[in-house]
Amino acid sequence: MSPPHTGQFFARVLCRQLLLVMRRPIEMGNPLLFFAMVIVLFPLGLGPAPDKLANFAPGLLWITALLSNLLTSDAVFRSDFDDGSLEQLMLAPQPLFLSSLSYILAHWLTTGFLLALVSPVFALMLNLPISALGTLILSLLLGTAVLSLLGGIGAALTVGLKRGGMLISLLILPFYMPVLIFGAAAVQAAVTGTPPGPYLAILGAMLSLAIALAPLAIATGLRISLDA
Amino acid sequence: MWTFFHKLGSPPWLYAIAGAILRWLVPITLIALISGTVWGLLFTSPDFRQGNSYRIIYIHVPAAVVALAGYYVMAIAGAISLIWRMKMADVVMKAAAPVGAALTFIALLTGAIWGKPTWGTWWVWDARITSMLILLFLYLGVVALYESFDNKEAAGKACAVLSLVGMVNIPIVYKSVDWWYSLHQPASIKFTGESTIDSSMLYPLLLMIAAFYALFTCCLLMNMRAELLQRESRTQWVKRIADEKGRG
Repeated sequence: MSPPHTGQFFARVLCRQLLLVMRRPIEMGNPLLFFAMVIVLFPLGLGPAPDKLANFAPGLLWITALLSNLLTSDAVFRSDFDDGSLEQLMLAPQPLFLSSLSYILAHWLTTGFLLALVSPVFALMLNLPISALGTLILSLLLGTAVLSLLGGIGAALTVGLKRGGMLISLLILPFYMPVLIFGAAAVQAAVTGTPPGPYLAILGAMLSLAIALAPLAIATGLRISLDA
Repeated sequence: MWTFFHKLGSPPWLYAIAGAILRWLVPITLIALISGTVWGLLFTSPDFRQGNSYRIIYIHVPAAVVALAGYYVMAIAGAISLIWRMKMADVVMKAAAPVGAALTFIALLTGAIWGKPTWGTWWVWDARITSMLILLFLYLGVVALYESFDNKEAAGKACAVLSLVGMVNIPIVYKSVDWWYSLHQPASIKFTGESTIDSSMLYPLLLMIAAFYALFTCCLLMNMRAELLQRESRTQWVKRIADEKGRG
């Protein structure tokens, strides 16, 4: 049997990852549930006045999406590291950065992508103007993909450590900050009626850069963790 | 040339040469720091708008400049360790992180102290200040990651990857005052074109910047020596040094 060529290999790893999540749907639901619950916290903490909430809504939605992504990033490689699947992937003739990219893509499809799709519901609960919903979805789609790629770097570096959970937040939150700035700014611009295009373009540029470079860093990180 | 390169990989040689450099560099650093501070604080005229409070520039600017340069030292050492697998580059990287973090903290602290009388607030969420704060977190992240690995060789490599990824932030810090024109003033010293700082204030400032570079190097070398002793604590040459110190 000839080994699968690069494209097939990428698709197979992706399918495997998605299948694993499908078998335990609760793992897909948890980040969304977390997102919903944190959104409920804001009216409780800040007071339910609709205009005040609408004022803060772009930032609140983005911060919540970011935290939900942060909490799931830790688990991207963990189970496959524990059962040895990662070592098999490292031995495969196909490059490790390619399989890292399909791990990240699967992670994004099951967290950030879904979150962006359901975000309008929560945006309306926070009284965000309907005119800004399109920008919110678009900025979350672009932004959470960057977050997943960056989170993957942190996850790869800490996967071998017993207590990686807190550490990964310290490592990758500084890298999340620029994404938060431009993501929230895009939604804010849409709320005030100025064109959000430039902010979305910067998010897109970040995504292009991250797709090109992050898989290499993730692969190096995984090698280090597997050697240790 | 090549023998020098090979010697760089030898811990006892590096330990000895760092000691020899320190013997000269520590007195020079102290003289430069003291004379620069006295010159800047006592013998320059007060600023026509800020009065005497501007004098904190002689600590603030050198600390900030060297904090950024220190990140390059750390990241380049990390790259060398990943590409050529030189273990001594790991030692440089590990030694640079806490010094850089301390300098970043000093820059933020002096900025806050200066900001209170001048801007009327301790802290603003200005682009440069925020990006310096992120720089502090990057440094602390490298320290935290290094400490959480038991295997110090893997720790060095992991930190190298992290500090290289963090390099993205450094141009943003440099350019933040030009891109987002906000409260923090742009750089007064320019290598091309007219500086916007009077030469009577410029020369003590340049002396202090040089002194802080020397201070960074001193701290780096001292940290490196400590790290070398700790890493090689089971080898003969460390035992010999310990014996000599014990007898002397």
